[in-house]
Amino acid sequence: MTEKSIAFEGLGFSYDRGRSVLQAYRGEVERGKVLAILGPNGCGKTTLLKLIIGALSPQKGTIRVEGRTAFVPQLFQVSFSYSVLDMVLMGRAHRVALFSVPSAEDVKAARRALEKLGLADLAERPFDELSGGQRQLVIFARALATEADILVLDEPTSALDLKNQGVILEWIRRLSREQGLTVVFTTHHPQHAHAVADATMLMLGERESLCGPTGQVITEENLHRLYGVVFKRIPFQVEGTSAETFVPIYSGLG
Amino acid sequence: MNATLQKPSRTRALIVLFALLAVLAIASVFYLALGRYYVPAGTVARILLAAVPGSAPVSPRWQETEWIVVWLVRLPRLLMVVLAGMGLALSGACLQGIFRNPLVGPHLVGVSSGASFGGVLAILLSLPAAGVVGLAFAFGMLALVMVFGLSRLAGRAGILSLVLAGVIVSAFFGALVGLTQHLADPEAKLPGMVYWLMGSFAGADWKKAPIIGIPTVAAGIVLLLLRWRINLLSLGDTDAAALGVKVGPLRWGVLVLISLIVSAQVSVSGGVGWIGLVIPHFARMLVGPDHRALMPASVLLGGIYLLVMDCLARNLTSLEIPVGLLTALVGAPVFAFVFWKTQARGWGRD
Repeated sequence: MTEKSIAFEGLGFSYDRGRSVLQAYRGEVERGKVLAILGPNGCGKTTLLKLIIGALSPQKGTIRVEGRTAFVPQLFQVSFSYSVLDMVLMGRAHRVALFSVPSAEDVKAARRALEKLGLADLAERPFDELSGGQRQLVIFARALATEADILVLDEPTSALDLKNQGVILEWIRRLSREQGLTVVFTTHHPQHAHAVADATMLMLGERESLCGPTGQVITEENLHRLYGVVFKRIPFQVEGTSAETFVPIYSGLG
Repeated sequence: MNATLQKPSRTRALIVLFALLAVLAIASVFYLALGRYYVPAGTVARILLAAVPGSAPVSPRWQETEWIVVWLVRLPRLLMVVLAGMGLALSGACLQGIFRNPLVGPHLVGVSSGASFGGVLAILLSLPAAGVVGLAFAFGMLALVMVFGLSRLAGRAGILSLVLAGVIVSAFFGALVGLTQHLADPEAKLPGMVYWLMGSFAGADWKKAPIIGIPTVAAGIVLLLLRWRINLLSLGDTDAAALGVKVGPLRWGVLVLISLIVSAQVSVSGGVGWIGLVIPHFARMLVGPDHRALMPASVLLGGIYLLVMDCLARNLTSLEIPVGLLTALVGAPVFAFVFWKTQARGWGRD
């Protein structure tokens, strides 16, 4: 039987004003696999991620998370102008005792994470002077520095150029395949899910989700149902291998 | 300092901290020397050295009056002033970190107002000095409990509900202070209340020193040990929680420690404002925003700043000026300058 890394059942959550975001959601992710979550704006993707990392507690149902999580938020603002290295170093918090400060080993781990993403040159730069895309990469480096079991990413490519989107997608795949990490990420790009996710969840409504192998879940019909936009499946060959992508067709735009 | 601040900033921070320590030591000698009864700095140094355990015996080449002025009058006051300045600046640095806002000071959590009410109530009830200290301390802590309760009633433990609860509790105790003053005998008690609220160390002695010393040193050490955790809290609740920080208990633990320090200060010296707001900005300009360096730098700068202010308060005029007035008079324009400088450097870009 496959070991589950994350499993939730009957999951429900609503914010203060009573508007329900999630009702009776169920889903699971196997250890070492990648799950992509797609859904329209405001459907509760970030709320679901916050429930997974424990920043919110479910009001209904249960959620079981096996292992330590690292989180990459979609937007990241800082109130103080910490250096990039200091920001990444904070990913080591779970290894630092309450009344202590990071060790030299923690600093090395933070530098290694920056080097992996080609950000070593930015180490001493103030984080708040970076572009949105650079910030997103730095926070991804911080997630790498945590050496967590589960990586939870909220639209990790939303501020990145096409090349850096590829870098992050490649890292998601490598962390899963080579290091056995479980990765959960939200995205608005079906092709990103198609490229790296073993499983995909479509958040169709408060109560309704569709979760399964990516190849089966991401179809023209399901995407149309999800976004209300017509999608076209485009098959193509790359290095002798068959692949496919999905392109939205915006009617009325000529 | 620790071994993990990055090298250039670590070196700079160490230099700044040692320089501040040296300034504090020199300023302390001058503080003990200056006053209506002048004691030469060399004599001050000899009196102090003679008291160091294990030091070579120093022949008492000073008059008994000089020893009394330095040892019994000015030294306890110096210690209380320095500890108050250190504690308030440290509290301000922590609060600005955990509230993610550089415009926050110790007045925000309502403790100053609560302690102020305790003090004026004790004066109204003609309680002795111990009563003033005790009630100021008790109402300072009560204010924190009320802030905690109100923020819980709001149903969310976030920063905004905490700030609003602090504003409400401050306003409530501020009104009670006004009411107490209104009820006070305008000739027998009101002047004492007003003078106490202005903030002064004029009544400092060795008996009062432990009242501010023990809570400030104990809580201050714990806060300094938590300095890297303040960095984590400054990221915001969701992000800090995602990094494994138990945000609620840690933030309330820090607030309790800050309340201890602020209550202790108000109870012995009345209202001394602006230090917790202004000093962390100066410290940030010197050593950067990392609380590992910022908090120790704030401690030393706060001690120096209040020491200088109190020295001026004692010596500027023939009648001592309440130091709380001076810190406000100097603090407001200095803060305006610092705020302008930091804006120019990019606060508020976010």
